[in-house]
Amino acid sequence: MDNKKIIIKMKTEVREKVIEICKKFNNDPGELINVLHQTQDFLGYLPAEVQELIAEELHMPTAKVYGVVSFYAFFTMTPKGKYPVSVCMGTACYVRGGEKILDAFKKELGVEVGETDADGLFSLTSLRCVGACGLAPVAMVNGKVFGRLAPANIKDIVKEYREME
Amino acid sequence: MANYKYHILLCGGTGCTASDSPKIKENFEQLLVEKNLTNDVQVIATGCFGFCEKGPIVKILPDNTFYTQVKPEDCREIIDEHIIKGRKVQRLLYENPEDQKHISDSKHMGFYKKQMRIALRNCGFIDPENIDEYIARDGYKALASVLEQHDPAATIDLIKKSGLRGRGGAGFPTGLKWELCAKNAADQKYIICNADEGDPGAFMDRSILEGDPHSIIEAMAIGGFCIGATIGLVYIRAEYPLAIHRLQVAINQAREYGLLGKNIFGTDFDFDIILRYGAGAFVCGEETALIHSMEGLRGEPTFKPPFPAVEGYMKKPSNVNNVETYANIPVIINKGWEWFSSIGTEKSKGTKVFALAGQINNVGLIEVPMGITLREVIYEIGGGIKGGKKFKAVQTGGPSGGCLTEKFLDTPIDYDNLVAAGSMMGSGGMIVMDETSCMVSVAKFYLDFTVEESCGKCSPCRIGNKRLCEILDKITKGHGTMEDLDKLRNLAHVIKDTALCGLGQTSPNPVLSTIDNFWDEYVAHVTEKKCPAGQCKALKKYVIDPEKCKGCTACARNCPVGAINGTVKMPHEINQELCIKCGTCMEKCKFNAISIK
Repeated sequence: MDNKKIIIKMKTEVREKVIEICKKFNNDPGELINVLHQTQDFLGYLPAEVQELIAEELHMPTAKVYGVVSFYAFFTMTPKGKYPVSVCMGTACYVRGGEKILDAFKKELGVEVGETDADGLFSLTSLRCVGACGLAPVAMVNGKVFGRLAPANIKDIVKEYREME
Repeated sequence: MANYKYHILLCGGTGCTASDSPKIKENFEQLLVEKNLTNDVQVIATGCFGFCEKGPIVKILPDNTFYTQVKPEDCREIIDEHIIKGRKVQRLLYENPEDQKHISDSKHMGFYKKQMRIALRNCGFIDPENIDEYIARDGYKALASVLEQHDPAATIDLIKKSGLRGRGGAGFPTGLKWELCAKNAADQKYIICNADEGDPGAFMDRSILEGDPHSIIEAMAIGGFCIGATIGLVYIRAEYPLAIHRLQVAINQAREYGLLGKNIFGTDFDFDIILRYGAGAFVCGEETALIHSMEGLRGEPTFKPPFPAVEGYMKKPSNVNNVETYANIPVIINKGWEWFSSIGTEKSKGTKVFALAGQINNVGLIEVPMGITLREVIYEIGGGIKGGKKFKAVQTGGPSGGCLTEKFLDTPIDYDNLVAAGSMMGSGGMIVMDETSCMVSVAKFYLDFTVEESCGKCSPCRIGNKRLCEILDKITKGHGTMEDLDKLRNLAHVIKDTALCGLGQTSPNPVLSTIDNFWDEYVAHVTEKKCPAGQCKALKKYVIDPEKCKGCTACARNCPVGAINGTVKMPHEINQELCIKCGTCMEKCKFNAISIK
């Protein structure tokens, strides 16, 4: 009954695509994590209504789906910015000043970790090790790795992306 | 097949890719077309060479010339000088820090001299996306001989005799693990590869998967044959897109060549591999949690027994090994257990890959025989501490390990010695810290990690670690008491004794090892309210030296909270009540008049 309301809230193409992804994995509850990965790949995040739809398709309680989404750091329920910024907080970057880089991004973007800025351009997250420890401290902006950073570089990096708009 | 005069090997690992190595490859290829050299010179993107500090790396064969920190614009000079005229480009060669002489062959470099590459044998040598290159280096020969011999018990016995222990960290004997799983009869068994490298600062599994994916496929097939499994599963981090891609390419090629699929090498053995993706949960490195995650559930560990060898994936007997463990298997079979067990110490055989990082000159991926000392690793391979600073500690074992001090520098590295010293082998992260690292903050850094990654199932880990973290936070802010130090120690022991899984049982290690080895530093935070390393923000005090201050007002103008007072051309002063310790004033001062007290 409730599901009907949700169908109205979701765009038809989103709904169809999610159903298609579930079907690709034979609507098998054991494939939930793969379904969530692919859904997030295409939608960017996993809003509540999408989780309910997946639960329905895989014939499992919504609570289980939510339990999995909230358990894993990779899944997010908030939309990311156009240019997601992830600052590495792995140990190698930490001892080479990763925290200062994160602070500089917070200051420059005016957001806290896990937030997206008002115009939806940048979102800020911290992550554990990109594996480019030789370049520590590093940050990733829209998939591109920036290495050997100093807090003073951050302004220019952000500016570079802002100017693309 | 073309007979090339030169091969240009180029690092295609994640680190060098981030420093433009794809662009370098493109430039080389364009230049070869331009100079009409495509039949004489081949450009190959390989796996990681290990010397990440000096990346991107370009190696020219057959003369073994090792170019460091190559930029896309250097390609023309390399082609013009080296390839066409046969003259090495001196400025791109590695400079020996001891005598400033150029070294062109990597085997003479301090970084490589003491290394011994078994698990990384193919990384940096072959094109990981070409199965023929793997086969040319004895690839799939071990699988062929195991299947030909057709005696799983004999192969398991060989692995047992080699003394190989699990490279994921705990060091359980691999042969014994296989034997336990082989003994349990079932209609279906699974062989699983743990590639969920969640330890921050560790990237050896990723480098192996990116540089030599076929070795993992071959080893899993061998393991599958030995324990009686026809399906292999690789649980790999979604954060490693390049490793996933290379592994997928390798699996497809192996299927094409009939090395995966039905009746492998014409025998009755069927085997195939499926990939499963992790989603960023450190606890999933624990084998029961990993299995639950592969089943699509929350990655929470369960009590052992039953062990996965009895009841694992889909409740069937399963064997879980780490990437590096598998990478050793084909070589052990090809070269024999006697050869392998001749390397290393009495109880730890073979080599170990470490990700050397932190405040050290040569950051990179290294593989060394067990029994080497930390001093050799840090000073000879690692080239010593960055900026000539003083060595303070080396952290091994990641969030489950500990910090070792100077007094352990001459301890031979093996599983048992590291545990005895209060740390552990772990998956192989090795982070070097200098005098500017505050050990209380380091302990807090790891506890922050554990608190975030705790799955929440058992209360010692969920609540206990949170309390540990709060006490550490209090100490770094200057509010700690001596009583807190006792509390830290007691609570840490309780968590160790009562937590459900390996993550919880080892999570207090960073606290205990720093308390044991850096007691004075903890006491200084508590009694003197001082951070000897000068890292704890709340305990820092920025002061202006009135002798050096010229009254230029740069600091006062840039202070974000208006905490600096003074008139032009007169010494300024910082109002400590208002100061937020951001350090801007110190950055802006041109006269070095501001220091941290």
